[in-house]
Amino acid sequence: MIKSYKLRRNIANAIIYVILAIMGIIWVSPFAYLLMHSFRAEGLITVNYLIPHEWTFQNYIDLFTVKGSLNFPRWLLNTFVVALFSCVICTISVLAVSYTFSRLRFKARKKLMNVGMILGMFPGFMTMIAIYYLLKAMGLDRNLVALVICYSSGAGLGFQISKGFFDTIPRALDEAATIDGANKNQIFWKIILPMSAPIIVYTVLTSFIGPWCDFILARIIMGDRRDLYTVAIGLFDMKSEEFINTYYKQFLAGSVIVAIPITTLFMIMQKYYVEGVTAGGVKG
Amino acid sequence: MTFVEYKMLNPFQRFAYNFKKFFKGIPGAVAGFFKGVGNAIVKFFKGIAKGFANYGTTFVKGDWATKLSYLIFGVGDIHKGKVYKGILFFLVEVLYILYMVFFGWGFISKFGTLGTQATKTVYVNGFPHTEPGDNSMLILLYSVLTIVITVVVFAIYIANIKDAYKHQVMRANGEKPTGLKHDAKEFLDGKYHITLLSFPVLMICIFNILPLIFMILIAFTNYDKQHMPPGTLFTWVGFKNFGDLFHIVDGAKKGITFIKLTEWTIIWAILATFVNYILGMIVALMINKKGIKLKALWRTLFVIAIAVPQFVSLLLMNQMLATNGAINVLLTEITHLFGNEGLVEIQFLNSTPLMARATVVIVNLWVGIPYTILSMSGILMNIPEDLYESARIDGATPFKTFTAITLPYMIFVTTPQLITTFVGNINNFNVIYLLTQGGPSTQDYYQAGHTDILVTWLFKLSMTSQDYGLASAIGILVFIICGTISLIVYNNSKSMKDEEAFS
Repeated sequence: MIKSYKLRRNIANAIIYVILAIMGIIWVSPFAYLLMHSFRAEGLITVNYLIPHEWTFQNYIDLFTVKGSLNFPRWLLNTFVVALFSCVICTISVLAVSYTFSRLRFKARKKLMNVGMILGMFPGFMTMIAIYYLLKAMGLDRNLVALVICYSSGAGLGFQISKGFFDTIPRALDEAATIDGANKNQIFWKIILPMSAPIIVYTVLTSFIGPWCDFILARIIMGDRRDLYTVAIGLFDMKSEEFINTYYKQFLAGSVIVAIPITTLFMIMQKYYVEGVTAGGVKG
Repeated sequence: MTFVEYKMLNPFQRFAYNFKKFFKGIPGAVAGFFKGVGNAIVKFFKGIAKGFANYGTTFVKGDWATKLSYLIFGVGDIHKGKVYKGILFFLVEVLYILYMVFFGWGFISKFGTLGTQATKTVYVNGFPHTEPGDNSMLILLYSVLTIVITVVVFAIYIANIKDAYKHQVMRANGEKPTGLKHDAKEFLDGKYHITLLSFPVLMICIFNILPLIFMILIAFTNYDKQHMPPGTLFTWVGFKNFGDLFHIVDGAKKGITFIKLTEWTIIWAILATFVNYILGMIVALMINKKGIKLKALWRTLFVIAIAVPQFVSLLLMNQMLATNGAINVLLTEITHLFGNEGLVEIQFLNSTPLMARATVVIVNLWVGIPYTILSMSGILMNIPEDLYESARIDGATPFKTFTAITLPYMIFVTTPQLITTFVGNINNFNVIYLLTQGGPSTQDYYQAGHTDILVTWLFKLSMTSQDYGLASAIGILVFIICGTISLIVYNNSKSMKDEEAFS
């Protein structure tokens, strides 16, 4: 009896391993394809076989050396700078707003939170045009500063997750500090923030990743200033009909270059995300 | 049902009870939602009425300085010795008047018509000469700015009166106003929320609220390709754009497009949410099953798919699904094994609407399942182990423990999240736009293809065909759909009600 139960379990597990392996292959194979073909030497666009015949680093070298309509190193630098600045502003805004809503009690608190939630429900594309005209009126269109502003201006609205985290830090700590004579500012900097490492890392990483993935707003703001593109619009542009025949393999290489750091950061981030959320979940 | 009765139910019954309660609660929640909105409006007007009443009584009770504050900001404060604050109030008034005289008034006075004189070329002695006229777009933009500024200044005005009266009362009681140093310190403690919120709120006001008001107003204008300032002006048209969207007769393309796309958006959101949810749950269960090794590896394999930026993974998918793309190459090689000589060239994205839609849904499985796995894994690990132990002791089969413990637990915990995902899918721009760009295109629709959902249509209308008025109207409707769904869920969800329970 016991033996047959064990056997049955082993068969079930074997089936599960097979299914997981097949699914794993399906999920990863597009990236394997991307990686392999970014090293392909022959052919211009797509080829009618799956594994490249000749391998080369030329696509990557081209990506960083060919200038003209393609300026990948510059795009990389643009994105990095924009991401860095907007990440700093975003993190400050998010932490400030979520601490306020979690810990401070004032009259308009509930109302402001509701307004924040309602604002988040409008489709983002609706306001893009208005933002563009607004930036233009400020003389900021076709400018990297505009991108930083766009990516970080709405950050305060994304307070929910970190507010949820702050909510789980026991209030007794605040009270003890207040009794010891600390003001709200000191409590924020010296008590809450040092305890919030997971959520800070999470916020920093999400806001750093954001600019690398946006291919809509940046394109509207930059227009034809190709030297100010970010990697996302740059790559999107390389895939347009105008350039695809020339730069297909470079496009693949560029995708790999962008995907590797972002994927790594995301992996780190989701670990912290799970940590932050389950820290909140223990009590919920 | 009392608490004790509830506790006596087995998990499955509990789940059934909660499930029933949730769906039973929906009509009530809808009613509650509208009641809440109604109450909020009543409260708002009552607040205004109360404000006016206070405004009057304060004026009657005020001394000469407080009374003068009704005209000149800050006089009351300066008179009572709170000089720095009085000067700040006064500066606000001066700046506002300067702003209105030199800038704001010029725009706000044309707000009613959005301009009458288009920029045109006149010939002076036979030479072309541009005569600058109005620009509806700028008039609307700066009018909105002026309105927002006016609202803020009005709030400061009221604060100035309140402050003046407060200090008057304080003086009558023989108290002295607090000094600058004390007040500055207060901003780090009692008024710390103002310090922390001012910067984020300012940014949100300028770059979210202002554009939003602007675009909502645009929905009531005829701003489109035929009305492009400064060459031609646009003006108010009331609810015409909304009327166009609901005008559903043969030949009325906009109305038909709207109704068809709404239909597809909802089908899409349902498929994308629930199929992903069920399949993702199954995979999560397989990964988390006892005795399965390398859990972290399996999870990572799936998470990679969401970690790679979507414009990379979906553009890649789009490329692989092309007629000569990797998928067709793979299919060709497979069919060669069975003796087929020719090439497989399936047009996944560009042939029939059904094919394109099915492809989009299937690719979305590839995108969406990892998200479900990610959130499910956490929940599965959180199910209390003793539940399973006691079930085992009671002699429950693995299947029984699954249907009685795991499944109810997961469905119950993830229901709110499920609905958030549903709303997210209504706005799922990336998958559709990057894969098909809305194609296959059709002449039956107005500026849209067969796989377009409402938000991608909105995007196309504002980017390609410049139908800004129509696009904004759609945006408002999408907002109403999503807003209603989320508010109902939000009001029902436990975590919102018990916000203070754990702090």
